[in-house]
Amino acid sequence: MLTYTIRRLLLAIPTLLLISLVIFLLVDLAPGSPMSEIPLTVPPEVRLKMIQAMGADQPVFVRYLLWLKQFFIVEPSYIIDGWFGTNLGGDQQRILSWQSRAPVFDVIGQRLPQTLTVVGTAYLVGILIALPIGIYSAYRQYSWFDQLGTFFAMVGYSVPTFFTGVLFIVIFSVNLHWFPSIYDTTLKVTDWASFWKQVHQMALPVMVLALFNAAEISRYTRSSMLENLGQDYARTARAKGMSERTVVLKHVLRNSMIPVVTIIALGMPAVFGGAIITEQVFKVNGIGAALIGAIHANDLPMVQTLTFIFAVLIVLFNLIADILYGILDPRIRYD
Amino acid sequence: MTDAATIQPPRSQWADVWSQFRSHKGAMLGLFVLSLLVAFVFIGPLIWRVDPTYVNPDAAKMIMSRNKPPTLDHPLGTDQLGRDMLARMMSGGRVSLAVGTVAMVLSMVIGSFVGLMAGFYRRLDGPLMRLTDMFLALPLLPLLLVLMMLFRDALASSLGPEAGTFLLIVMAIGVTSWMHAARIVRGQVLAIKEREFVLAARSIGVPSRRIILRHIMPNVISSVMVAATLGIAGAIITESVLSFLGLGFPPDFPTWGRLLYDGVEYMQLYPSRVVFPGLAISLTVLSVNYIGDGLRDALDPRIRGR
Repeated sequence: MLTYTIRRLLLAIPTLLLISLVIFLLVDLAPGSPMSEIPLTVPPEVRLKMIQAMGADQPVFVRYLLWLKQFFIVEPSYIIDGWFGTNLGGDQQRILSWQSRAPVFDVIGQRLPQTLTVVGTAYLVGILIALPIGIYSAYRQYSWFDQLGTFFAMVGYSVPTFFTGVLFIVIFSVNLHWFPSIYDTTLKVTDWASFWKQVHQMALPVMVLALFNAAEISRYTRSSMLENLGQDYARTARAKGMSERTVVLKHVLRNSMIPVVTIIALGMPAVFGGAIITEQVFKVNGIGAALIGAIHANDLPMVQTLTFIFAVLIVLFNLIADILYGILDPRIRYD
Repeated sequence: MTDAATIQPPRSQWADVWSQFRSHKGAMLGLFVLSLLVAFVFIGPLIWRVDPTYVNPDAAKMIMSRNKPPTLDHPLGTDQLGRDMLARMMSGGRVSLAVGTVAMVLSMVIGSFVGLMAGFYRRLDGPLMRLTDMFLALPLLPLLLVLMMLFRDALASSLGPEAGTFLLIVMAIGVTSWMHAARIVRGQVLAIKEREFVLAARSIGVPSRRIILRHIMPNVISSVMVAATLGIAGAIITESVLSFLGLGFPPDFPTWGRLLYDGVEYMQLYPSRVVFPGLAISLTVLSVNYIGDGLRDALDPRIRGR
């Protein structure tokens, strides 16, 4: 298992390098480059200086290698400096946003907590909704509950999150005035009143994302439970007189969770992607909103770094899913 | 015992699939709803002959005709420039459905080609599947947004805003959604190419190209069809997401997603402006997904009822 993990980790490095190269080249070689955004009235020598200041006059591979060094060496050392007060980073150049001239990682550091609170809570709520529904609809296959669950899963899976988000705003905040439609990122949770306010403003985005996640996870739980309920060991457990509760919730559920856990891990990056849309709908000031803002502002370093972070998330969670699968299911051996 | 009357005449494979498909209630309902929507966007404009881009040139009249509630003249009301919403829904739906279909066809062509090559030729299997894995690890939504940002203006200026955006969106969605089809096809080809009829074909000297086209393709077409149905749903959603984030079609060439995006600004006052396009997208995707479900059940008896 350990060798497998190490091998997978080593294999992830070339994958990530290749992806980063693809992202970098795609953004860099495209016709709509930010150099064309400089107004034509700017004199040529000033224009040259602007391009030099952005570091955009170097050849592509120099900038790629510099960016790699900044991403993998300089930025982590700055993060370590921030944690332990060391001085590993020194005065090395960091990845700077062209929009704000601030280090990209500082911007991400400011934006990430909002995304993580909303997305994390939504995923948790989604899983908590999905598991009981999936388990019960498998246990009572073809009952009205199962039919209803199937229908809602299909709807939750088909209706795009931007529409559910907008619909919830129309229903719950415009008509019923229950929740605010805009997420206030400046809110600090200090006491019960502000905590309650935070819960209030998180309700809609969390509901939208949770609904979407719950639909998929409940389907997987159901089919995995169905598969295991028909197995011989479930019959044996019943035959030796175990209570129905023990059979379903201990024997069958534990085995059914193996594929579900991997699906949950594999779904994480998609949730971040979905958060881009939800953040846009509810005006949450997270990394998804930062990406959209950077795209509209032609802020290449920011776009490259954020897109690559999304890629790292995908590769990381694929790895986690594979390893979890191996740990949870002793029948799987990766030697 | 058995007289001739009770023996059913032999049925072709597709007649069998159709009879299976008909017994799936959700799929039949999906087919019905989808046909209604298709009729709405394609036959509707023949009956409802209002120009979706018509803005009253007289400024005073234009202002009078803005943001109208549903009336007999405008059954779904008018938008912020006084354009008829019903006509805009029809033309928007045409673009949305066209994008979904063309992008799906493109992704199926790429996916089937990669899958066939990887499954049939052992030498290509490794590299092609690594390529597929790499595409699966790409952050697709951010990349699509970046693609739209970088290439939209360049293509719009060379091909015109409508054709340029259409081509770009279709290409972008097609190129980023073929991976699942490729994996499915590869798996099937790997199994089929070991079967006796392929061996027989090879032993009488059929060239590889014709083995693929004549003997393997017909056997993988059913799973490609299921993937294609689900692919339409995915492509429609992706297009509307791009339009919704303001990186899709221009406002005078609306799709359902773009109409929704335009309506969000006015949703507090005129919620119907977002509800109708959203409902149209959701109904299309829902019915297409149900059809895909029914098709999968009909084509593969082993997984029926799952």
